[in-house]
This record gives sequence, C-alpha cells and structure tokens, in this order.
Amino acid sequence: MNDMPTGGVRQALRHDSAVKHVTGEAQYIDDMPELPGTLHAWLATSDKAHARILRMDLSAALALPGVAAIVTARDIPGRNDIAPILKGEPALADGVVEHVGHPFAAVAAETMEIARRAASLIAVDYEELPPILSIEQAIAEQAFVSRVLTMQRGDWREGLRAARHRRAGRLEIGGQDHFYLESQVALAIPQEDGDMLVHSSTQHPTEVQHGVATLLGLANNAVTVECRRMGGGFGGKESQATIIAGIAALLARRSGRPVKLRLVRDDDMIVTGKRHDFLIRYEVGFDDEGRIEAIDMELAARCGNVADLSPAVLTRALCHMDNCYYLPAVRARGLPCRTNTVSNTAFRGFGGPQGMLAIEAVIETIAYALGRPTDQVRAVNYYGGAGREVTPYGQRIRDNLIPRITREIAAQADYERRRRDIDAFNATSPVIRKGLALFPLKFGISFNLPTLNQAGALVHVYTDGSVHLNHGGTEMGQGLFTKVAQVVAEVFRIDIDHIKVSAASTAKVPNTSATAASSGSDLNGMAAMQAAQTIKNRMIAFAAEHFGVLPEQVEFAANRVIVGNRSLAFGELAHLAWANRISLSATGFYRTPEIHFDLERMQGEPFYYFTYGACVAEAAIDTLTGESRILRADILQDCGSSLNPAIDMGQIEGGFVQGMGWLTCEELVWDGTGALRTHAPSTYKIPVSRDLPPVFDVRILEDAPNRAATVFRSKGIGEPPLMLAIATWLAIRDAVASVGGHRLAPPLDAPATPERILMAVEALKERAG
Amino acid sequence: MPDAISFLLNGELRRIERPAPERTVLDHLRLVERRTGTKEGCAEGDCGACTVVLGERAGDMIRYRAVNSCILFTTELDGKLLLTVEGLQDADGGLHPAQRALVEHHGSQCGYCTPGFVMTLFALHHAPGMTDEDSIHQALSGNLCRCTGYRPILAAARSVAGVGDDRFARMARDLLGRLDGLRRGSGMASAIDGEYGRYDAPESLAALDRLLAAHPDAHLLAGGTDLGLLVTKQHRALGHVISLNRIPELRRIEAGGDALIVGAAANYTDILPHLEKDWPSFAALIRRLGSWQIRNLGTMGGNVANASPIGDSPPALLALGAEAIIRSAGGERVLPLDRFFLDYRRTALGAGEYLRALRIPRPATGDFFRTYKVSKRFEQDISAVCGAFFLRFDDAGRVALARIAYGGMAATPRRAAGAEAALAGRRFDAAAVDAAIAALADDFAPIDDFRASAHYRRLLAGNLLRRALLERTTPETLAGVLAL
Repeated sequence: MNDMPTGGVRQALRHDSAVKHVTGEAQYIDDMPELPGTLHAWLATSDKAHARILRMDLSAALALPGVAAIVTARDIPGRNDIAPILKGEPALADGVVEHVGHPFAAVAAETMEIARRAASLIAVDYEELPPILSIEQAIAEQAFVSRVLTMQRGDWREGLRAARHRRAGRLEIGGQDHFYLESQVALAIPQEDGDMLVHSSTQHPTEVQHGVATLLGLANNAVTVECRRMGGGFGGKESQATIIAGIAALLARRSGRPVKLRLVRDDDMIVTGKRHDFLIRYEVGFDDEGRIEAIDMELAARCGNVADLSPAVLTRALCHMDNCYYLPAVRARGLPCRTNTVSNTAFRGFGGPQGMLAIEAVIETIAYALGRPTDQVRAVNYYGGAGREVTPYGQRIRDNLIPRITREIAAQADYERRRRDIDAFNATSPVIRKGLALFPLKFGISFNLPTLNQAGALVHVYTDGSVHLNHGGTEMGQGLFTKVAQVVAEVFRIDIDHIKVSAASTAKVPNTSATAASSGSDLNGMAAMQAAQTIKNRMIAFAAEHFGVLPEQVEFAANRVIVGNRSLAFGELAHLAWANRISLSATGFYRTPEIHFDLERMQGEPFYYFTYGACVAEAAIDTLTGESRILRADILQDCGSSLNPAIDMGQIEGGFVQGMGWLTCEELVWDGTGALRTHAPSTYKIPVSRDLPPVFDVRILEDAPNRAATVFRSKGIGEPPLMLAIATWLAIRDAVASVGGHRLAPPLDAPATPERILMAVEALKERAG
Repeated sequence: MPDAISFLLNGELRRIERPAPERTVLDHLRLVERRTGTKEGCAEGDCGACTVVLGERAGDMIRYRAVNSCILFTTELDGKLLLTVEGLQDADGGLHPAQRALVEHHGSQCGYCTPGFVMTLFALHHAPGMTDEDSIHQALSGNLCRCTGYRPILAAARSVAGVGDDRFARMARDLLGRLDGLRRGSGMASAIDGEYGRYDAPESLAALDRLLAAHPDAHLLAGGTDLGLLVTKQHRALGHVISLNRIPELRRIEAGGDALIVGAAANYTDILPHLEKDWPSFAALIRRLGSWQIRNLGTMGGNVANASPIGDSPPALLALGAEAIIRSAGGERVLPLDRFFLDYRRTALGAGEYLRALRIPRPATGDFFRTYKVSKRFEQDISAVCGAFFLRFDDAGRVALARIAYGGMAATPRRAAGAEAALAGRRFDAAAVDAAIAALADDFAPIDDFRASAHYRRLLAGNLLRRALLERTTPETLAGVLAL
C-alpha cells in the first residue's frame, strides 16, 4: 500500500484556487452577487495637503437623485479612531485634512457613478495651513508621529573617534506602492440587532472587526469580518483595509442597506499608504581591512500624517540595519517623520529592506574608501566567530547560514569567472557597462512585538471523513491556505481534496494577528496542526478502546486508519467515532516560544529564528541614457524544510521581482503641493515580463531544516526574497562605478531609474576628471 | 437601420438596444451580464486584468485579438465575437490549453490578474508565428502580475504560443457562419440616437464627410485607447461619437508607391509589418508603444491627431518627412507633418476636417534613420524623451538632408531646426554631433515633470543623437544596447 497521500507536507501542490483562478470562478469581493438594495460608495477627499475645513456643504450632493447616505466625521456613532498601534487616527478627517487624498466624507448611492458625482458636489471651504512635505522638513521641525527610537550597543562615540578610518554618508531610499491588482474593497451588510457583517479584502480581519466596532460603537461580538481571498495584499491590506471597511460600515449603518466601497485605482494609490521612503545618514568607523568598528546611523522614515504601523516599521528597520554584519559599537536612531502626505504603512519587508539597503551602502562606502573589493569588505564583516554572534539588539545568532549560503551561491553563479569577464568587458566598452554583485541576507522571523506571535485554528471532521479547516490566516495569493491544508492532510494522512479551506472569519477564529511578517504558515500551520492532532488523538484513543488494541497499534496512512490488523477508511472511523459520541471538532492554538523584546530599550530576542538567502545579479547600463537591464540573477534561498516547494518558489521569484521594481522602475513622485503624480499604472511602472532577468536561476537551499521547532521545520518565506533584489541595485551601482574605474563610490540613490543612473554616471565622469 | 448592436458573447448571440456611446465592455460584462471573471485593475488599459479577446473574420479564418475591455466601448462589439474567461472551457468543463498551462506551471497566486493573462495567452495561442521569446514578451507586455514575478507565466506562454489547435480552431467554420449571420441578420448599427447620446458608424468617406460637416464637435473614435480615458478617468460624457472603424479606406494601408499610405484608423498591429520592411527602427519603437492590447486597437492616426507632446510616432514621422492627408466635405489637402502640430494638443485640423491618412516616404538607398525612446520601463511606458534622426548623404558623404525631431521636449512633437542646421553640409562625425547638441540648447526648453527633469531631458536629447552616431559609425560599441 502506498502510504503517501496526495497532499501532505513537502509536496509541490498547486494553489488550492488555481483552477478557479484560470476559469474566472474565484470570487473576490467585487464579484460577489449583490443583495437587493446594495449601494455603492465613493470617498470625498482633500485636494489640500494641510487645511482646516471651515465649511462643508452637503446639500447639492444629497439632492442628487440616487444618493442614499453621506457620512462625515460628525455622523460617526462610536469613536472616530482606527489607529492600529497608538490612538487618535480618524477614519474620516475631523475638522482638519492632513494630506492630499485625505477622506473627509463618503457617499453611498444607487451606482458608483452617482456616488462619484455626489462626492464631487460636496462643497468645502478650506483655510490652508502650512504643510510638511519632506522628510528633511519634518526633521528640521522635529515633527514626529511617535517617539524617536534608539538602539544602542557599546561605546559607539569612542569607537568612531578611535577608528583608523571614518566616513559619513547619506542615502535616499524611495517608497513603493503595493499595486495589488485588486484595489481596496469592502462590502458591509447590516444584520439584525444592529450587528454588521463585513466582507473585507484584508490581511487582518480582527483589526477590521475592532475598527468597525469602534466606529459603530458596538461590542466586538456584534461585528463579523470575513475574507475568502484577496487579489494581492503585500502589507497594503493590513491596517489600510480598516479605513475602507470602516467607512463602508458607517454608510451601511446610516442607510440601513448593504454598502460596497471599492476604490478605483487612482483613489487607491492616493488615499492609502505605501512603503516608507527613508533618508539615511550615517557615520562609520573602520579599520584598514574595512572591518566596522563603530557606526552611528539615523534612519528617517516618511510616516505621513499619522503613526499607523510606522513605529513597528521603524523597529524592524533598526533590527535589520545590521543585515549579515557584526557591528561592535552602534547607535541607530529611527525618526518617525510626520509629513502631510498619505500615512505610510506595512509593505513586504516592513522596514527591513530599507535597513538592509542602508548598511549595504555603508559597506560600499567603506570598500571604495579603502579601494578594496566590496565582496572582501562584506566578508570581513560577516557574523561569525567568537564574540561576533550577537546583534545590536541583543539576539544571539544560533543558526548562521551566511558562510554556507555565500559559498554555494558563488559556485552556483560562477561568480569569480564572471567577475573577471565583466571587468574585461568594461575595459573595452565605452557606452554599455556591466556590473555584478553578490548579496547575502539575514531576516528575522516573528513579529517584533511578542504579543502578536499567536494564532488559532478550528478543525472539524465530518462523519464522511471530509474535513473543514479554518484558521486566523488570510489568503492573499501566497498559498497559505494550501500550505495549512497540507499540514492537516499530513496529520490525518488523507488526500488534500478531502479538506475544505474556508474564508477567514472572526466568528470562527477570534483575536487573530495580521497575516504578515512572513509568519502566516509558522503560526497558523502550528495552530491547525494542533487542532488536527487533538482530533486525531481522540480518534486513536477511541479506536484503541473500541477495537481493544493499544494506542500504538492505531496508525493513520493513505486515507485509512490501521487498527491492529483491521483497516478502516478514514471516514469509517470518523463515523464510528461520532456514533460513539466522540467530538470530532477542535480548536488549536499556538504561541511562538522563547521570544522576548523590550521595545523601550530595543533589546531582546524578538525573532524565533533567522532566514537566509543570497543573490548574485548582473546588470548592464547604457551610459548615454541611464537605461538599465538585469541580465542575470542567481538566487539561493533558505526555506528550512519547505512545506511546498512550488509555492515557496513562487514567493521567492515574485518577491524578488517586486523588490527589483522597488529599486529600479517604480518611482513615487509628489509635486510641490503634496499631490501624488504617479497614481495609476500609466505613470507608476511595476515590472512586466520583459523585466525578468533573461537568465534566472532560483534554487531552494537543500537539506536545511529549521533549527527552531517550527511546523515541520519549515521557514517563513513571504518577505525575505524581496530583499534579494538588493543585489540588482548593487549590480547597477557596480556598473556605474566602472565609469570611475571603481575608485569612487557611485552616488546613486534608490530607485535606480534611468535618470538617477545617468546623473550618477555624469557625476563620476566629472569627479574622475 | 437598427439602433441596436449585436455580437456573440462566448458564442451566444447578444443584442444591446441603444447602447450609451461611452458604456465600456468591462462595465457591461460585470454590471449587466454579471460575468465577473473579467476584472478591473486600472480602468486605463495599463494593467490587462480586463483583457478579453475579439474575434473577427479575416479571410476564411477568425482573427483573434487581445484587447482591454475597460476602455473599449460596447458599440465597437457590433458584428464581432467577444470571448471572456468564462467562455474558454469546453462543454465538459475541460480547461482550455491556456488555462491548463497556467495551472500546471503555477502561474497564478492571488489570481486577480489571471483571467487577463488567460485571455492574452488564448490570443497568443492563435497568433501565428509569435513563438520566439521576444514575441512572447510583446504579447505579455500589457498584463501586470504583482505576485509571480512572471517566470511561471512565461513558461505557460511558451507552451501555448502559436499552437492554435483548440476547439475554437475546430469550430472556426461554424463561428464564421454565425459572425456572417450577425451582419446579414439585423445588420450593423449605423446610427443610434439614444437618451445618453448619439453614435454613428458611417461606412464611407463621403458619409463621414457629411456627418462631420453637420457635427464638427463629435468625437472621432478609431482605436479609442485615448478616448476611453476621457470616460474612465475624466468621467466625461462623450455626447456624440463617430466611429471610423467601418470605413475601409481609413483602415487601408497602401504600400505600393514611393510612400506608405497609412489610413488614419489602421491599428499598429496591422501597420507593423510594413514599417518593419521600410523603417525597422521605427517598427522597433512601435513594438514598445503601449502594449499588445493597445497596439491591437490603437492607431497611428489617433496618435498624430491627438497631438500629444509625448506620442511615440510623431517624432519618427516628423523625421521621415511624413505628410498628413486631411479631408473634409470640401475636399482633401496635404500638409507636411511639421506644420500639423500647432501647440499643446492643438492641430491644423479645421472644423469639419479629419485626418484621412498619413503618408510616410519610403527609404532611398543610403538613407539613415533611427528613432529611440527612453522611459522608466522598457515596455508599455510613456517616453521621457523620444528622438528621431533622419539623414541623407551626398556623394561626398556629407549630410545633404537632416531631419531631427523629438517628443517630450516641448509642448508639441517638434523638429530641432538648430541641430539640423548644425549637421547640414558636414560629415556626420563627433564634431558635427557636438555642434548639433550645442544647438539643441536653443531648440528646446523642456520642463520638469514626474517622468523626467528638464536637465535629464536635455542630456538625453543630445545623447540619443550620440547613440545614432555610434550606430552609424561603430555599431559594435553598442553591443547589446537594443537589448537594454
């Protein structure tokens, strides 16, 4: 008998909705059949960056035929506060608008078109207030959305003073729009007793539930939030979904009818937050070999008008400004800059990418200062060896894969030979220049805040042996539902098509954390495994007693249960257990062990483990135009023991290309009035198929089970691959540096657009004389 | 004269009575038909989530074209076959090869872009000869995916490109019969006067002349890839639309004589093979214009008549010495294109006049021509600067005629008179190019915007001319430049 059911862990199963995706049957919220009377909503938003609302006249809008309800901050029955971490962040601007696109009212009408026209008829008189439009201005005015964070170790001041070499530097890092293909959407349906059911495209149903309850003045148990799937999330539907769902619920409450609020693309990009752009300033001291002795770094993030998740984003940025490098003495300060631009939010990597990019720029500054290859400077600074194993925030690195992964990626990519080939090419190529870079990464897995590292699950076995699975995680395309179903299939040793994955619902699994921080399968997989194991244990105990065998003689295999010398179908045993009044339903719960973190002191062991990866990228640039192309990328990524290699591969490739977009073609441009000028795909360019490197060799690190006791020794994979794309930025910089004979550090910020590349080339030409 | 349009939706007959001229196919599918497989991602033809396929008779075959349903008006479905993601499976629910390939290669994650990719892959499946890597990228250029990074989608695309052996191929005769039946049956709508506006689809130039004389303010619809944006982005009611798509003369491309005569309503996909022969550099540029979906609808005539300062074909047309053939009820006149663009989005077309065709001279022996654009993304992006360089040499190898034109440098696409003069009568060498670049400073005063700074635009304008020189003199130094 084949004891391998189709669907346990380690199998490269397809996404559970793959067939529905290609036939168009997969339902997103805007596709759900509409109940009779469903209204459609539109936001009225500010066209000023900062202004007091003196007067708001709704009469013309209300008079438009087909308009059913309008809400403003005054019409909120509960509290106008949807802050995810701090307090006092209104869903609708109250008296003062704080960025262009800030919603101050919303209209529900018979059609979206009527709602849009009505919203445009709302007349507002503003008194303009001085806006803060840049990070530098916020720093100058000491305008912050939360306290400045400081992470310190050792005597960095003395370290800098005593160092043989010292350099200061500055780096601008651009933001990024999530550009999930499904824009933000929610459908709120009033229930009896004033309750509210909300279908929300959200990574965080519980937070949406809390936000809606707060706005409506209801207890949490009066609000149910569901999400079957999102058309992409990437962090953009973590806190931001609450704005959309909250306003839909307010309109539903006011009109007494179902209300759908779907942002059109331009509004989505203008009204909701993005990846933070950062301004990095640093001073670093190092020895003759480039070994860092001390560093003082300031990481200033554009947070927008309110804190949202920014304090946590900055915390993760600080916890990743070491990347793979041991920093003996360090001060890193995180400045949460308050600006009159849209409030920035979570985005895959959550500050990690900006922290890592910063330290890579530092490494390069050191290398060019000493005239040493960047690879050598990286190597002398890697974690490892006695006394060089503790991060600046106090976490000991116990699972260091940096030596192995850098060695293996160099071989996979034929790095040394290609380095020589590229140098030879550049020596004879006046216009086209090539560059190469090897970049390793280390990324901490767990929410920085220990409280969030918990999850619940609910598993039912029915009497025919079919299984209903629910957990606190949400499906945004990353394949979480498939992976968790694989875990349950593995426990029961049944085929995966016996398991029905169901929409995340606050009514089934309560008090969940966001599906974020690469933790979805770690947390929910464990919770589901525990729930399934509870039922399995009951079935084993029952079978042993019923058939008079020892529990050890009950074995689950290939959709059957072997009990002594009997063999029952899984469903037969389930039915028998039911007939004998055994519960076949269980909840599961998981909390990540061992972690702790003191947010005040920025010290502790916040991460259950680290995941590692490396990328070698080769770039070409045209020194006449600044155009660039990534010619080849080789990737080696640690997934622990992968739960599903096909899905993990998808996360690696997709994350890498998304990161490449962040660092090359994706550019957010605000004008002098604080208005975003790149708010649709016609002006904001994410990668297309041709941008994929023509040679793209992606591998999962083999024989690397997680040292930590995660679900089947797998590792989280959602975010780390995005940062592998830092190699592409470094390769472009390497190509630019060739213009100055690799003697000068290329003055290139991110993203490396053709314009920035050409300006860096021109600057090097000038300085090189 | 019916005031309804009729088409086949996934093979089933549909009639729309008195359609509003600006109702989009996407809205019709989602709101009226309640077929929600087709998604809205951007409502501006830039993401491809709304991709559907149009089928039309082409000889004894059906020609399938991927198009953006978000900016296509329902009126343009008249007499055609519209395929959506719901219509591809066979009667038993078996997946179409394009669908199966995406499943097998793990080509979907969140799945929201997937129906659009399915439809593009369907069209690619039926596109003869588009099997090489470059063609596949061209076909996919209008579909954005934010999850997969494209590698599995490319693998799926390679496996279905050009195969064309699905059940639609097998039932082509039946479909053709039904398409012909549509036209024979109730006939095509030629004038619809509805409560939301008026729509005309004249079938001859004379009829168009008369209509336009009577209604000089009507919107002319050719590809509609720009007109659609007035509706979806500026929320304008169009009032009166005159479709140019049923006038054979306007879709015709004549390549017989000393010039290519491109009908104003000919789409880029149809123009490309001709450009490829005469002006390969122009063809290479056009293959980067918009996306496959946009090129399947968009017209060079529209690109010119719109007079956008950043259209991609005007610089090349200016440099090639193209002429506009302008027509009205009063007759035809021919205007060199460099006198066509008057100011920002303003042309020499008078009331009742329209662009009938573009006349693009064919190359003489020894003519040198290159056109380049620079944008943040290689595919489907709008130029920061687009430059075009035409040089004709005398027997001594000196520049006898120079025509240099740029987009993105001024309020209109414009020739660089000073730079042209600087090259005239000289050898085309580094010194001459330096002189021409110096002259560019007086030719143009570009602006800063979100695509580029004025400084960068100035640098590019000069450096693109340097690139042309390198291509002329030492093409080996640009090894791989076209792959950039």
